[in-house]
Formats: sequence, C-alpha cells, structure tokens
Amino acid sequence: MTIGDFFTTPQNWVFLLIALPMLYAAYKVTTTNNVVHAVLALVGALAGTAALFILLGAEFVAWTVVLISIGAVIVLFLFGIMITRAPIGQEVDLSHPRSVKIWAALASGALFIMFGAAMLDEFGDDVIPEAADATRTGELGLLIFERYVIPFEVVSLVLLAALIGGIVIARRDPAADQQPGVSL
Amino acid sequence: MPINAFLLLGAALFSIGVYGLLVRRNAVLILLSVELMMAAVNINLIAFDRFLGDEMAAGQVFALFAIAVAAAEVGIGLAIILLIFRNRQSANVDELDLLRL
Repeated sequence: MTIGDFFTTPQNWVFLLIALPMLYAAYKVTTTNNVVHAVLALVGALAGTAALFILLGAEFVAWTVVLISIGAVIVLFLFGIMITRAPIGQEVDLSHPRSVKIWAALASGALFIMFGAAMLDEFGDDVIPEAADATRTGELGLLIFERYVIPFEVVSLVLLAALIGGIVIARRDPAADQQPGVSL
Repeated sequence: MPINAFLLLGAALFSIGVYGLLVRRNAVLILLSVELMMAAVNINLIAFDRFLGDEMAAGQVFALFAIAVAAAEVGIGLAIILLIFRNRQSANVDELDLLRL
C-alpha cells in the first residue's frame, strides 16, 4: 500500500484528524511548564483515544475512558496538584536541564524507531477488517460476567485494596500529630 | 484502516510518555506521563481486538481491566506523593535522596 492509497479512504482522514491533535497534546503534556496545562493536555490526549475507540467500534471502552480516565483520574490529578505545592502558573523547575532532555529525546526516539520498525516489518499492508457493526455493550457485559468473571473479580479486589491503601497512606495520623517527637 | 497507523500512533504516544518520564522532575507530572503510556497501550489492545476479530473480545475486556488498574495506580501513586510532600515539603523526585550514601 502506498501513501496515496492511505488518503483514499475517508476513515483514514478521520484517523489523522484525531491522531495529529492527540500527538500535539501528548507533546504538550511532557513539555509545558504549567502543571494545570499539562493535565488539560492529557484530557485532550485521552479524549483522542476515546474518539479512536469509537472509530474502531469499541464504544463501551470509549465511554469508559471518558467516564473513568477523563472524569475521575483527571480530577484526582488536579487534586494532587493543588495539594502538593500550589504554585499554579509558569514554573521553570518542572523539567530537568537541557543536557538531560537531549539524552531523553534520543532514548525515546530510539524506542519509537525500534517499535515502529518492528511493526512496519510485521504488519506491512494488513488492514483492520470492516466490522459489520460495533461491539454491543450487552455482548461485552455477558463476556465479562461469563468468560472473564475471575479476572473481573480480581480487578475488583485490586480496586478495593487500592481504595483502602490510599486511605491508609494519605490520612493524617492523629497519634503522630499529638506527639511532636513521633513521625511517620 | 491499516493497522500500522494505529500501532505507530501507539508507539509514538508511548515514546512521548517515556520522554516525559525521563525529563520531568515533579512526581505528579511523572504520573501524568505514565497515564499517557497507559493510553498508548489501550490503543494497541483495541486495534488488535478489531484486527483479529476476536469473538471473545479479549482486547476490549482487557482494555477495560487496564483502565481500572490504571485508576488504582493513580490513586495509590497520588497518595504516596501526598505523604512524601507532607514529610519533605517537596514533590521533586531529585530531592528524594534519603537512601543515597
């Protein structure tokens, strides 16, 4: 398949329309000097993934990304930013100096070339087949509660452990507050 | 839609996440980069699910599990950062060198 063939399908245009802003948003997440801007750029990148999932016909996963990642995780991040040192606005101390940046860019570029070469080599002209319709949420629910019920239970246990662990780690210890000599 | 487009996008997002992981000093921003890498992995999972046409929809189901685990990871990570900040008055990972000789 040549580059010209890529632009004959309208879905590919939609893909580019979603993917390019996503890449820009991801770049902004890692480079901006403003913490809140980084979080908002991450919202853009995650919204792009949700749009791509809809393009691929995985609607339930797309709305899960919107609800959990954009809705809950981002709010958690904003809480974290506002609680740990409030200087919201331009800040210069967020990234390492230029010398570190060059090496990091080289390392991640090499990683991208490695991944990209392997994938281009393996899946040269393969095309995602046109599905008859999107995956229905009902089908997915039946699968989760029949075929994948044990992983599902394990994940709910992980979430419970994370919930309790988060509370235990982050709560202020009242005994330590009363005795100044004792620290966590 | 060629699957390579999705795979390359996933690889690019993952690499950008790795770059952020290496470059950032603030712990909250490092977690943001990790979240970016999780999104890249989810794109790969869904793309392969559609590519293989799996009747069990393993890619989609495990993308859901990955999202849930990512949410748990962020919750615990932010709790730990909060505790570090409370004890050290800083969320800068360069200053967490208590174990250095």
